[in-house]
Amino acid sequence: MSLQDKDRIFTNLYGYQPWNLKSAQARGDWDNTKALIQRGQDAIIEEIKASGLRGRGGAGFPTGLKWSFMPKEPRADRPSFLVINADESEPGSCKDREIIRHDPHKLIEGALIAGFAMRARAAYIYIRGEFIREAETLFAAVQEAYDAGLLGKNAAKSGYDFDVFVHRGAGAYICGEETAMIESLEGKKGQPRLKPPFPAGAGLYGCPTTVNNVESIAVVPTILRRGATWFSGFGRENNKGTKLFQISGHVNTPCVVEEEMSIPFRELIDKHCGGIRGGWDNLLAVIPGGSSVPLVPAAEIMDCPMDFDGLKAVGSGLGTAAAIVMDKSTDVVQAISRISYFYKHESCGQCTPCREGTGWMWRVMERLRTGDADISEIDTLFDVTKQVEGHTICALGDAAAWPIQGLIKHFRPEIERRIRENGGALEAAE
Amino acid sequence: MPKVTVDGVELDVPQGATVLQACELAGKEIPRFCYHERLSIAGNCRMCLVEVSPGPPKPQASCALPTAEGQVIKTDSPMVKKAREGVMEFLLINHPLDCPICDQGGECDLQDQSVAYGRGATRYDENKRAVTEKYMGPIVKTVMTRCIQCTRCVRFAEEVAGVEDIGAIGRGENMQITSYLERAVASELSGNVIDLCPVGALTSKPYAFEARPWELTKTLGIDMMDAVGTNVRIDARGRQVLRVLPRVNDDVNEEWASDKTRHHVDGLIRRRLDQPYVRKDGALQPATWAEAFEAIKAANAGASVAAIAGDMADCETMFAAKALVNALGGNLLEGRQTGLDYDVTSLSAVNFNTTIAEAENADVILLVGTNLRWEAPLINTRVRKAAWKKGAKVFGIGAETDLTYKVEWLGNDASLVAKLPKAALDALKGAERPMLIFGGGALSVPGVHGAALDLAKSVGAIKDGWNGFNVVHFSAARMGSLMLGYGLPGGIRDVVAAKPKLAFFLGADEVDFTNFADTLKVYVGHHGDKGAHAADVILPAAAWTEKDFTTVNTEGRVQRSDKAVFAPGDAREDWSIFRALADTLGVSVGFDSFDACRAAMVAVVPALGVEGLADYGWAPPKLPAKPDAREIPSPIKDFYLTNAICRASPTMNRCSEEILHGADYAEAAE
Repeated sequence: MSLQDKDRIFTNLYGYQPWNLKSAQARGDWDNTKALIQRGQDAIIEEIKASGLRGRGGAGFPTGLKWSFMPKEPRADRPSFLVINADESEPGSCKDREIIRHDPHKLIEGALIAGFAMRARAAYIYIRGEFIREAETLFAAVQEAYDAGLLGKNAAKSGYDFDVFVHRGAGAYICGEETAMIESLEGKKGQPRLKPPFPAGAGLYGCPTTVNNVESIAVVPTILRRGATWFSGFGRENNKGTKLFQISGHVNTPCVVEEEMSIPFRELIDKHCGGIRGGWDNLLAVIPGGSSVPLVPAAEIMDCPMDFDGLKAVGSGLGTAAAIVMDKSTDVVQAISRISYFYKHESCGQCTPCREGTGWMWRVMERLRTGDADISEIDTLFDVTKQVEGHTICALGDAAAWPIQGLIKHFRPEIERRIRENGGALEAAE
Repeated sequence: MPKVTVDGVELDVPQGATVLQACELAGKEIPRFCYHERLSIAGNCRMCLVEVSPGPPKPQASCALPTAEGQVIKTDSPMVKKAREGVMEFLLINHPLDCPICDQGGECDLQDQSVAYGRGATRYDENKRAVTEKYMGPIVKTVMTRCIQCTRCVRFAEEVAGVEDIGAIGRGENMQITSYLERAVASELSGNVIDLCPVGALTSKPYAFEARPWELTKTLGIDMMDAVGTNVRIDARGRQVLRVLPRVNDDVNEEWASDKTRHHVDGLIRRRLDQPYVRKDGALQPATWAEAFEAIKAANAGASVAAIAGDMADCETMFAAKALVNALGGNLLEGRQTGLDYDVTSLSAVNFNTTIAEAENADVILLVGTNLRWEAPLINTRVRKAAWKKGAKVFGIGAETDLTYKVEWLGNDASLVAKLPKAALDALKGAERPMLIFGGGALSVPGVHGAALDLAKSVGAIKDGWNGFNVVHFSAARMGSLMLGYGLPGGIRDVVAAKPKLAFFLGADEVDFTNFADTLKVYVGHHGDKGAHAADVILPAAAWTEKDFTTVNTEGRVQRSDKAVFAPGDAREDWSIFRALADTLGVSVGFDSFDACRAAMVAVVPALGVEGLADYGWAPPKLPAKPDAREIPSPIKDFYLTNAICRASPTMNRCSEEILHGADYAEAAE
């Protein structure tokens, strides 16, 4: 079992063809979008629900269900909005970028259909500040769509008025958090909001808002065209569909590839990445879903199905399906320490545990890396991660805590070895 | 009314209450740093975490979580204890251990809560963070290393003070609270951030290293800097008042105070009159009390005597002076020093009838000839609340100023009161709770008062349960003086015309003394200011912190203030001066003690005996209603220097120069 070419959604993922409207239409995008819209809002939401699509941004919340929280009859003075999260900044993740630069019309068509389904007035695509060429492509693609009458008044001749705005971020990881993104769109400092109220009740400019990942939106037109049963034909129960996997690190050919959900890790690597560098025996650990999920040691990951539930079972998560593969040449403590530095750098500073805790955790990690620590500090560090996890406004605190927890859980002997060796050297010198 | 359970106790909480409020209703103390009743909810300190079910299996920030029917809240479970300990530890790891040299010591939330909720020992071995100081002006001293980023000051500046001068820059552990351009915070309310700051990051600059809170005797007082009647606590050590802090009174000042209220106190020990003076050979010479009294007796004024009350005169002082003037057979009493002569036959027509607290509920507001931000800063915060938070529409007639909210200015022409533009008139007529506010400047233009009353009637500003006609005074003495009969039909012109042989000036410094060239001018006051310079006899009296007194604010609220310290040197409390002088002049004022003085005053004006709002009824007089077409003058030229105490205060002078006149102290210091 593995995905056949005929079942791929992202047929121009590698940019072998131009991204422009003409080519996109040749690939099937914008094909009678009017008909899709004419199915009606409820039918579209039901179809998405039936397809089993779960949010592709990391949390895996059922997309159709999320849309159904939006008001059925938006008030004229309080329109609904769709915000599309293209602030892809998670270390390891690089799927939205491929979609935007090679297949932007899938996203734009998806925006129209999803926006229509949730009765939104407009969609805001918040694109990561560092994606300069990608943003240029997206701006041009949106303009193409407007010029072709696919957006704006009577979008795609469906009788529905819909606008798409592209907004460039300024380079903060935290703006990928949905409420921080809304704050940033409003022109404020990108800091997550307290929930409740949830965005579906009061989001952008205080209006009902749904925030979706690029991939979640871009797959929508194809799901509607080919049917929910087709999409739910892939993957295990509760983990349906196809997914863009991004494999980086110590594999022979790192890549972004669309595959079936629940594909075993070994199959994914062997088929698309040319295997692990130095063979499977050389595999040390994998961070399977982007930097914020705990790492999984080689033995547990090898035959693990790559989906939400499968990775949860091994104490990690699918996240954005960005697998960071580490072979035995990796200094795993340094790797996690670098991730800690990233979270310290990207913490917004709003709430106490994350602001103070990320810096503390990174500093201890740096000392653990060199072994300049006491063995009891490992437990202290673990305790500090527990004090951050679950005590913060947004999930960045959790994301900063989990990688360290994963490291201590699986590689404690390695950390202790360094401390002992370093301490021994120190004692000898005294 | 959702029913919730807090630590096993079931209770009903008001609709919309937060979990934190529910816990407080249940008598549970919830530690907090960022949460403040009068500011928006930030939820960022994470100190108020409690366990709530149903809900996710992690502690929840109680300040931001709404209550729901059937919630079970635990405030003392192991999870909560651990969470608080954790947050406390995080707050302390980068907080300097400089409590012994920190001015917040002894009244520090972080100190108190770390004792109650913190761990016993530290586990943090790394270096602590240091943050550069930020310049915030002459009032606020910063030690930003102590900041715990609760953002109360940021929210106060934005929401209450209405200036966007304070904010946070940087992110993560580099997040810093700053005044952006490191200029003085341009707000007359900036001092409140000192009280709001839960740690020693923002402390009072003039009070720096002066005293510890436990050394201070605390006295409840009423501020006399403006006519709001801010409720304050006077903190004194020995004979010196070291600081003034606001007290909570939701009807008046909520819990704010203007910078003038807080920081004029260093003027109380400067330029004081501490012995009597008598003018001999054209110069003021030190004298004894007996010599001063003899000099007054020598004037042989008979019944040709007047009393002019200054802006900070209290009711007992004015009553004692009135008693003496009456005993001598005179009746020339006036408090409006600068020549205002509006009609005072009904006090309801010159009162802030809506009341300060209700002002925030108005939906359409017309401001005429008043710079509320200067004349009554804490009424301005109420109007701001109405405009900014509740969406009231505000129109203004007068000189355009930034009042911190959106005002549609109609022009600076007094005659507009009688012929409002249609849009404004329609808005007022259509309003449910229209409010008209007239400043002292507006009433100085002939015809405005009558036109104002007519306007109130025509737009229906007076109805059941709502009186939208307001006059805002800026003199703390004003309503009290009018209740005591210090109001002549022609104002101070009537006094001048009567050419009194003897006149008492009760701390009156703003009078044009050239009009009293042939009068024996007796200055009864506490500061060597304009009034003392012009006087022939100076009788040193007590400032507002040095006596018990009654005062009435601009909404007619009778309030009492207590004596915190003694007056310096030979200075005496005002009532006793008039009592003693009566003996020298051979008349009787009818009281021998302060209590008797107050009782006699209450016998004459019963309303002054009851603390709270005085009832003036609503009986507006019929007045000429053809306002002159001319600009409305502003009664205040410099917010920080409105009276003798302020003018003697180095802090107020510095505020004036730096904030109003742009002198750049920060650069000069470098």
